[in-house]
Amino acid sequence: MSLGPQQSLVTLGGVEKHFGAVRALAGVTLQIAPGECLGLVGHNGAGKSTLMHILSGNVAPSAGSVSISGAVQGAFSPARARDLGIRCVFQELSLCPNLTVAENTRVFHGALAGMGWRGKASALIAGKLDEIFPGHGISPNDLVADLSIGRRQMVEVARAFTVTGQPARLIILDEPTSSLDGHTAGQLLAFVRKAVAGGISCIFISHILGEVLRTCDRVVVMRDGKVVAADRANAFDRQKLVAAMGGAASAAETERPKTAATRGLAGVRVRARSDGGIELAAHAGEVVGLAGLAGHGQTALLLAIFAAASAKRPGIEVNAPVALVAGDRQADGIFPQWSISQNIGLRSIAALRDGLLISPAREQALADRWRDKIGIRTPDMNNNILSLSGGNQQKALFARALASDAQIVLMDDPMRGVDFGTKLEVYGLIAEEARAGRTFLWYTTETEELKNCDHVYIFRNGAIVADLARAELTEEKVIHSSFQEAV
Amino acid sequence: MAVAAAGNEASALASRRLLRAMLPALSLALVLAAIAYLNPRAISYFGFTLMLNLAVPIALATLAQMFVIAGNDLDLSIGPFVGFVGCVTATWLRDTPLLGALVLLGCIGVYAALGALIHLRNLPSIVVTLGMSFVWQGLAILLLPKPGGKAPDWLQAIMGLKPPLVPFPIIAAVLIAAITYFGLMRTSYGVILRGTGGNAVAIGRAGWSLLRAKAALFALTGLFGVLSGMALIGITTSADANIGNGYTLLSIAGVILGGGEFVGGRVSPIGAVLGALTMALAASPLLTFMHIPPDWQVAANGAILIIVLAARVLITPKGPDL
Repeated sequence: MSLGPQQSLVTLGGVEKHFGAVRALAGVTLQIAPGECLGLVGHNGAGKSTLMHILSGNVAPSAGSVSISGAVQGAFSPARARDLGIRCVFQELSLCPNLTVAENTRVFHGALAGMGWRGKASALIAGKLDEIFPGHGISPNDLVADLSIGRRQMVEVARAFTVTGQPARLIILDEPTSSLDGHTAGQLLAFVRKAVAGGISCIFISHILGEVLRTCDRVVVMRDGKVVAADRANAFDRQKLVAAMGGAASAAETERPKTAATRGLAGVRVRARSDGGIELAAHAGEVVGLAGLAGHGQTALLLAIFAAASAKRPGIEVNAPVALVAGDRQADGIFPQWSISQNIGLRSIAALRDGLLISPAREQALADRWRDKIGIRTPDMNNNILSLSGGNQQKALFARALASDAQIVLMDDPMRGVDFGTKLEVYGLIAEEARAGRTFLWYTTETEELKNCDHVYIFRNGAIVADLARAELTEEKVIHSSFQEAV
Repeated sequence: MAVAAAGNEASALASRRLLRAMLPALSLALVLAAIAYLNPRAISYFGFTLMLNLAVPIALATLAQMFVIAGNDLDLSIGPFVGFVGCVTATWLRDTPLLGALVLLGCIGVYAALGALIHLRNLPSIVVTLGMSFVWQGLAILLLPKPGGKAPDWLQAIMGLKPPLVPFPIIAAVLIAAITYFGLMRTSYGVILRGTGGNAVAIGRAGWSLLRAKAALFALTGLFGVLSGMALIGITTSADANIGNGYTLLSIAGVILGGGEFVGGRVSPIGAVLGALTMALAASPLLTFMHIPPDWQVAANGAILIIVLAARVLITPKGPDL
């Protein structure tokens, strides 16, 4: 269905967004009609959030145009978006915890000022909460910090639908039900239908596909920063959505000779129980992948295993020394004041010791050995670590883990923002080290990378919900398990 | 069932919060009770006028500090700034009132500009204001190398008021607390200012200018710093470049004693004034009555602060982000 620019409320024309070398949006063209509820689905990093930030004026597109009601928006800002009646409910809650519910409503509405604003704000938010979530039990004078996470989300959603000066015309809901229980989520979805019937447009982003199919008029599937499918909601079903998100499963298969047949023969290195889910086991010489949507408990489990290596924890068994490769290398990985050699030698200080001091000669030898082995491109390993490119910094962090005595290497999505060539080199190195008997636990948000794993565990809501051996691993299965409904 | 349980939980939380909000008043009452016990004659019109002599400038400096703390910043230069304002008040404001008034207004402008700089360049306020503390100190010494000058007569007259029944410092403290409470806690823009301390990203996304909010908070700090310096000179009648140096830590202690927190935009103007009064009373009258030698008074002051803060931790509601 194609609308003229006058009829559609929002028209995106070839919108692109680059963050450095990373392309978050690769030309998105999209129209939203007045009174339409548009579902937006996609896997990790498909570009949904970036698209939403562009629509709300928080991020400026690198290329392409944003038109609202047929008028192209040159300088688009959050204030301009607000004036045009575009409201956002962000996934990460955007309430001020030190303010009351009524005061947070005031933050949202410039018009709530002057004498008696507090009473007006209280009446406004209380009325909307009663309308959407009858029996909510929230008072406008409650401090947001005192509310449970579910109630905060209710306040946030209700606030987006309150109207003072400018009418609300487009409401963007990013995972609005993630902290709501089944009952309140149902109340919200019913209200969304009612609002849409009243002429408001909605963009509904959710990983609960049943909600999207039930609530939306039209569904757009995004993948790798592009719209890959768009049709009326009743033309889709779960299977079709999952297939569209995963794309054609014809991506080149990388060959790895090892198969799941060897599993269980070598000794168990790590055993960990997730809450009410499947038990994770990793054996010597295995590469074990942790998959699922970002932030569903993968990093937490890696950190728990890391902690269990030094102090016993119930439910986690670790039988060998552990090293961790951090994902956010600027925050958790590198020491920016140190040289490359020092950064690499950090995990092996016991082996580099000469009496009470660290032997510079041994540190140098270790660093040089790994420069050749892992291919860190630098004239001198005594240069500062920041002289390296991002990919080479990440290689140095791998070298830190691999140069150590650790037999278990935990990797927390380490390939973020790393170029393709470096990735291939590191994949090769991981395979080689695994053959030599090391165990890798690899959390990755890139489904492509799971092809390098012998075994993959899928996480959802903090628990492991699926256990796939390499032979049975397909992208569709990964997405299917990640998006599976609780009901 | 679940709603009722949640309701109980909420009311338990609310009562602890109330208890915590009462803590500044309780600690002030405790200090007053101790003074009354040690020296009953101090609890009189004349006694309060003497004991709370310096409370007004301390309360103003504490409120000045409270505004920057509301935005998750800290002003380490408020003491030397109060000293500089004092020097200006005792010289230019008396001799050439127009120049003096312009300089003091300019000071507020400098504070607003500092707030803008801190926001735009994303600088740590501690570093910027620490640097500024030397600037204010240096300017004060240039202006008044030796203690001296004289407060304008009208200012001395105001600070020396003797209203019937209630001593002037108490009336002034109540007035100051009421005005700031209304301005920061009740007005609609005050909500935005406090919101920047709680979740600046959310305020920005709602379309408010964070630059303006930060500059406004710092300008308010400058304004109250100027008032504090003027009030101080109105009491002491002459100035000294080092006169305000103790105010930096005193003001921070007052805000925290009054229930404020360093981060999260949680501040209380009434609490801050109560905290300032507590500090002013505990600083010397109480300790003198307790026959603690002056050498130990600073340490005893610190001990009082630690006891009150420990009491606050004990009754603070436990929760993930409280």
